[in-house]
Amino acid sequence: MAQIKLSNLKHSYMPTPKGPDDYALKEIDVTWRDGGAYALLGPSGCGKSTLLNIISGLLTPSEGQILFDDRDVTALPPDQRNIAQVFQFPVIYDTMTVGENLAFPLKNRGVDAATIKRRVDEIAEMLDVTELLKTRASGLSPDNKQKISMGRGLVRDDVNAVMFDEPLTVIDPHLKWKLRSKLKELHQRVKATMIYVTHDQTEALTFADEVVVMQDGEVVQIGTPVELFERPQHTFVGHFIGSPGMNVLPCEARGDRAVFEGHEVMLEGPTHGDGGRTDLGIRPEYVGFGDTGIPAHVTKVSDIGRHYVVSAMVGNTALKAVTEHSVPEPGSQVFLQFKPEQSRVYRDGWIASEERAQ
Amino acid sequence: MRTENQKAWFFVLPVLALVAFNALVPMMTVVNYSVQETFGNNQFFWEGLGWFEQILRSDRFQAALGRQFLFTFLILLIEVPLGIIVALSMPRKGFWVPVCLVLMALPMLIPWNVVGSMWNIFTLPKIGLLGYFLNDVLGINYDMTQQPLSAWITVVIMDVWHWTSLVVLLCYAGLVSIPDAYYQAAKIDGASPWSVFRYIQLPKMKTVLTIAVLLRFMDSFNIYTEPFVLTGGGPGNSTTLLSIDLVKIALGQFDLGPAAAMSLIYFAITLLVSWVFYTLMTKDDAQ
Repeated sequence: MAQIKLSNLKHSYMPTPKGPDDYALKEIDVTWRDGGAYALLGPSGCGKSTLLNIISGLLTPSEGQILFDDRDVTALPPDQRNIAQVFQFPVIYDTMTVGENLAFPLKNRGVDAATIKRRVDEIAEMLDVTELLKTRASGLSPDNKQKISMGRGLVRDDVNAVMFDEPLTVIDPHLKWKLRSKLKELHQRVKATMIYVTHDQTEALTFADEVVVMQDGEVVQIGTPVELFERPQHTFVGHFIGSPGMNVLPCEARGDRAVFEGHEVMLEGPTHGDGGRTDLGIRPEYVGFGDTGIPAHVTKVSDIGRHYVVSAMVGNTALKAVTEHSVPEPGSQVFLQFKPEQSRVYRDGWIASEERAQ
Repeated sequence: MRTENQKAWFFVLPVLALVAFNALVPMMTVVNYSVQETFGNNQFFWEGLGWFEQILRSDRFQAALGRQFLFTFLILLIEVPLGIIVALSMPRKGFWVPVCLVLMALPMLIPWNVVGSMWNIFTLPKIGLLGYFLNDVLGINYDMTQQPLSAWITVVIMDVWHWTSLVVLLCYAGLVSIPDAYYQAAKIDGASPWSVFRYIQLPKMKTVLTIAVLLRFMDSFNIYTEPFVLTGGGPGNSTTLLSIDLVKIALGQFDLGPAAAMSLIYFAITLLVSWVFYTLMTKDDAQ
């Protein structure tokens, strides 16, 4: 187990990268504490798998360093880094039994038979596969196969980190939830640093203590699930996390107020900087209805079970609001109220309003 | 009463007639000849299983069968491991992939009798490039027209040259279908190159390898043209394989009864061994 530190990490798949666009990863600086559960969240092609492969040693970064407990491992091959990785599609040694699969990483490292047996039994018990130990691994269901791949990572008690590359992709929806809670439970038992790559916000937010949101090879925000939801540092985070995502509305910034479609909106605090494109960001959850406020025209109401999503037009701008009761009729005229402490201004995508001192 | 549509039979009929005409009827003719003696003029005398007994007891058949098994055994022993090794060392991506694939496919595109003639000219002592080089430059006494051992080596090498590519291409197809994650997982698990081969590559190649072994067995067991063109079964009878012997009996001596019996025995052996191979190699999957 170890603390993982990435310093000034850059990677390009081209031999001679020219501009920043040639980099799959642009300047990453992150420190992950020992024993934490982290998620790398971002859309396909944002560089999260590249980052994972760099940490595991399957790729060597073009620039920068990877430190495990202050030891530089940038040039070390995967088997000397003592990490484990679980892939998108379960990797199973078909000709071996479940038990032999679990024992394989230990056998390759010359561990004695008694220790192997003890560790395999322990891990099998943790994963609830004890009764499968003697069966051939090739006939297992996808979720059991994925469990075995995880087990192969956890069986070594000296692993620095366990990495998951979208491990639930091929698992049936009703088993996803089960496997996810198993993972969470495993993390609490083995206390290894775990890094989980996914493009699914539910998976990331339920698994991780801290989520790293990535876009176009850059880290956009690092924070706890609550932080990401409550105070997105970038419109991308606001939009990517949450369902529906944050409303991003073109506006004009004036001190601690924003002017949106001719209406003044109170912000969380004063804005800084100038120039660039300014947007008002507010989550649908914080848009309420009242007797006064910004006049809007309701275009659509969707019942999504727990609550309703109301689509409305203010002038020529569309926005969404979430409400649990007092649902307006489509076509009706309503007044919207934006919660001031949840209304922020973003300049060129990045947050530009300051949190008011409490 | 079931009301099934009997019209379907009319559509199958043309194919049935065609198959009967080109397969069943000739096959039955062979069966017919194998149990009778004929002196021409369409006069037949019942022989029973006499020909079968005679063939099976004859030293000549047993010797040819022995040579045939030895040949096929050597072919499989060389071509299968060699094919796997070549497939493993071929590039998986990049510019050289199509180049390698075309080079591999070339020998298989050459007609059998051309391969025989090529190797004949290539290995003739004094005239042939290889024959001249071995005898007059290296001083090795090599003459495939006179020495049984030289003839055998030449016939085997010729088949290896012609058909190893088939094993290579089939194995290669199996290898490229292995996802990268397997190799990455093996790296992380600390697997040695041998373990990667034993537990990842070989299991993934198994299906295609079964097909490769079966095809190479059937082809080499029934081989005729190449050794016939190269050595004509000689020197003496040293490279007279089953098919060459069969043609000698049927067309050389015109002993139609024994030849027919021998054909059926030959066919039965090929079928039996193929079946045994297939059952053994797919045994694990059935569990």
